[in-house]
Amino acid sequence: MSEPIIGILGAGRVGTALARLAVKAGYDVRVATAKPPAEIALLMEFTAPGAKAETAADLITASDIIILALPLRKYRDLDPALFKGKIVVDAMNYWPQTDGHLPEFDGAESSSEVVQRHLAGAHLVRGFNHMGYHEFEQDARPEGATDRRAMTMAGDDPAARQAVGDVIRRLGFDVVDAGPLASARHFGIGTPIFGAGISASDLGDLLKAVA
Amino acid sequence: MELGVYSFGDVQIDPATGGLGSTAQATRNLLEAIQLADQVGLDYFGIGEHHTHEMPASAATVILGAAASTTKKIKLGSAVTVLSTDDPVRVYQQFATLDAVSNGRAEITAGRGSSTESFPLFGHSLRDYDELYAEKLDLLLQINDNPRVTWEGRFRAALDDALVVPRPDEGKLPIWLATGGNPQSSVRAGMLGLPISYAIIGGQADRFAPLAELYRKAGAHSGIAANQLKVSVASPGYIGADSQQAKDFFWTHWHRTMEQLGKIRGFAPPPRWSYDREVEGTGALFAGGPEEIAERIVKLHGALGDMRQFFQMDVGQMPHKDFLRSIELLGTRVKPLVDAELAGQEKKENINV
Repeated sequence: MSEPIIGILGAGRVGTALARLAVKAGYDVRVATAKPPAEIALLMEFTAPGAKAETAADLITASDIIILALPLRKYRDLDPALFKGKIVVDAMNYWPQTDGHLPEFDGAESSSEVVQRHLAGAHLVRGFNHMGYHEFEQDARPEGATDRRAMTMAGDDPAARQAVGDVIRRLGFDVVDAGPLASARHFGIGTPIFGAGISASDLGDLLKAVA
Repeated sequence: MELGVYSFGDVQIDPATGGLGSTAQATRNLLEAIQLADQVGLDYFGIGEHHTHEMPASAATVILGAAASTTKKIKLGSAVTVLSTDDPVRVYQQFATLDAVSNGRAEITAGRGSSTESFPLFGHSLRDYDELYAEKLDLLLQINDNPRVTWEGRFRAALDDALVVPRPDEGKLPIWLATGGNPQSSVRAGMLGLPISYAIIGGQADRFAPLAELYRKAGAHSGIAANQLKVSVASPGYIGADSQQAKDFFWTHWHRTMEQLGKIRGFAPPPRWSYDREVEGTGALFAGGPEEIAERIVKLHGALGDMRQFFQMDVGQMPHKDFLRSIELLGTRVKPLVDAELAGQEKKENINV
């Protein structure tokens, strides 16, 4: 993939922070929510100038990599047929305090495995979830910076992980590949990695300790 | 520029047991804090609805009503009222009553609340998070516009030409919308022509500058007059005589609160290096000495055009005397410095014109 188009579903705090970073990194960035594109365009003019507002359906068709930055409870509204064959980054977390109790997320597996089952034809990668939205821009650093922090990700398709890893690196973070989607539970809410904001070697050590 | 304080009613440590102290005492402490804030010339005191042992300020209007009788000028508000799980009729009656007993000093700040204990407490479902807020805000604004209300919705009984009293002498109560930075909330507040209160509790505070612009643009788009579009900022803060000591002291209490929150919500509490980065420059944490805090308030004001900034000082079981000392310094040291700096800037602008 030479120059992927990045589509972001959700224009909240996470969505707009990622849109700003991706525009800054030089990507073609599209943003959509359930609201009309004109309303999102106004939002983008101020929060992520350069990102284009589209309908969700147009965004999914046009984008090579689609980032889900919605409140998790809205995942059920996503039409699986539209996501067939697409690389999807699940940046969502299950927060019972704000999502309410969603029984399908009660098990030991990560929320991303539930989302992957819903979007069965998509190549899903869990990413961008263990760092706070206000840290994305605060912590982003060019490659080689001594204080560059790392993000981890997990997904069952190695090619999708490769593509998402390239994006994460270009946005300003080192990448520690956690492997298949089943390892996503090692960096979910309540794990030592969640919210830690650490270097690639420390993140790698933490992952090794739980694997 | 207005300066103030907000609190969730932080409970102190009981020296006898080493555990959490009395929630009743914490409530009485608030009365003392509000009285002092008024005495040292601060403009605003807000009480944020919470329902935990650590933060028991569940009934703001009762505390503010009592404080009204011992204060003269300070504005008394909620920071915030979790409107989603309350009855807008009752909220309005209580704040209108507060407005009457305080001679026009009451303000409502409506929000969804970042902690959600009130949902099970009052029998609401988090599944209705967005819908509850939208519906209740609509009703609250209608009541503010008109003493007689005819209204129908999903979450409470319909009203047919119902009278809601008492009414404020000024006609309407100030109703602020509180938001943690979701861009849609800035658009909503702007389109409704409501003043907006940004809760900036971490990261870099100037990242809210584009949101304030978005808010003003959305307001202008709906034909709202510019002077009706007000921005205020709520942020953690603590003022001590010595800058480094104030930062070290606030760290222990702020970190304890983050640990408590992190345990409930499942995140690792931010480390000291992250704190150090946020107690300087455009960071969101306003802990330090009077001069630097005044400077940082003015700097943020330059970026956001906010007309008020107010601080949550009593976090993580801070001893009451330290809370009071910080309020005193905010009023006696920081406020005059901010006033002088802004007056100087205005003078310069006038000369340039």
